[in-house]
Amino acid sequence: MKHHLISATDLTRDDAVLILDTAEELARVADRPIKKLPTLRGRTVVNLFFEDSTRTRISFEAAAKRLSADVINFSAKGSSVSKGESLKDTALTLEAMGADAVVIRHHDSGAPHRLATSGWIGGCVVNAGDGTHEHPTQALLDAFTLRRRLVGGRNGGAGADLSGRRVTIVGDILHSRVARSNVHLLTTLGAEVTVVAPPTLLPIGVSHWPCEVSYDLDAVLAKSDAVMMLRVQRERMNAAYFPTEREYARRYGLHGARMARMPEHAIVMHPGPMNRGMEITAEVADSPRCTAVEQVSGGVSVRMAVLYLLLGGAWPADTARTDENGQPA
Amino acid sequence: MDARESPARSVLEAPDIARALTRIAHEIVERAKGADDVVLLGIPTRGVFLGRRLAAKLRDITGHPVPVGSLDITMYRDDLRLRPARALAPTDIPGDGIDGRLVVLVDDVLFSGRTIRAALDALGDIGRPRAVQLAVLVDRGHRELPIRADYVGKNIPTSLRETVKVLLTEEDGRDGVLLGVREHTPAGER
Repeated sequence: MKHHLISATDLTRDDAVLILDTAEELARVADRPIKKLPTLRGRTVVNLFFEDSTRTRISFEAAAKRLSADVINFSAKGSSVSKGESLKDTALTLEAMGADAVVIRHHDSGAPHRLATSGWIGGCVVNAGDGTHEHPTQALLDAFTLRRRLVGGRNGGAGADLSGRRVTIVGDILHSRVARSNVHLLTTLGAEVTVVAPPTLLPIGVSHWPCEVSYDLDAVLAKSDAVMMLRVQRERMNAAYFPTEREYARRYGLHGARMARMPEHAIVMHPGPMNRGMEITAEVADSPRCTAVEQVSGGVSVRMAVLYLLLGGAWPADTARTDENGQPA
Repeated sequence: MDARESPARSVLEAPDIARALTRIAHEIVERAKGADDVVLLGIPTRGVFLGRRLAAKLRDITGHPVPVGSLDITMYRDDLRLRPARALAPTDIPGDGIDGRLVVLVDDVLFSGRTIRAALDALGDIGRPRAVQLAVLVDRGHRELPIRADYVGKNIPTSLRETVKVLLTEEDGRDGVLLGVREHTPAGER
């Protein structure tokens, strides 16, 4: 595995399966009386959040703490960033404090890549969502849930990938970092991905993505093993992408009658936060086929796996620090 | 274990391993006065198979099933930072847990004792056994920690340049213990 996790394309099939298998083992820690492992003792993980987030930040924090890492939470609100500090100066500050890993969420696409390749910091960088670019750990936890539900068996399908499974991603593909990461990761894992959206909500160049594109939700529903509904990101919308919300909901929303046309075993996924009544009705959101809550609980295990695999072993940047950190006890 | 080894010499054959495990099973029953509260936990990879074999023998001797599971110690190792992150093996604690029970850890080779130290730490996070004992197929010496085995299949005095390789049918297709000589000794590794 690479030293950073910036994009889902950084991962090979074997990397991705290793992360999912590791997450499957780490998921059991949650069932134990002491939900903690000593593995990252003495490592510092900084959560650098320039954008609001509930699930991702809490889940990275829980993951790092369960591995005994020290966690420093940094949110742009109430920090020197609101006084005009640049990403570079913030990064240099973190480096001076000895951050071993920086988990970054940023409103600009490419900020994590800049952080990882600029030489400002020596630790590893984990992308927790950058602008409309990528959100690789979300894709990993979606794949984790998909594998548990669709492959299943002992150990949640350990060792297996998602070959032959058909996943449909519906909604605001244009603004969705979740969609982009999922298309790449799920394809790497062997799944066949179809994205469905109104033409205005598809990004330029989507034809080069390794997936099918459709404008008609009903046509693909019947042959999907999983349908992933995306939120319409009103905060990123600066133009009229569709006539009315009602029309969007009718053509691209998932309601009970549509769900009934899906195959018996198919699941409904949602990365959250949901807009009930918009892309998903309450009936579907509350049905047992909707895995939104399951996805969140899998998120902690997947992020533990990512932090363990990036930080747990020896890595090249560590050799320079071995002396000050000392040999392991 | 290691890439380059000179031709290895067999020190235990399949029947020897079977006899050693039978003896260990009897010793466990004797010391635990019936093995009623015994839980066997094998340390992956080969300790798990040895644990299952011991459980089968204990069932034959005592007439009741003995809980058996596995305990992965990767996350508790003290040499994690010396190598790239490793894949995890399954940890599988029997349904009734280990609280108040006699846990017998099972491993193939006892060497530095560091694996067992890690296993004791891992156990502490899972529950509070009444007592913990250790059963190993081979004790090759060279302890680096104050740890000893309660049940030993065979003591094999070795030099540090030698390697001990346990083969089990479940993993390697046949039973046996091989003693080889390592041709290179990478610093800081085992």
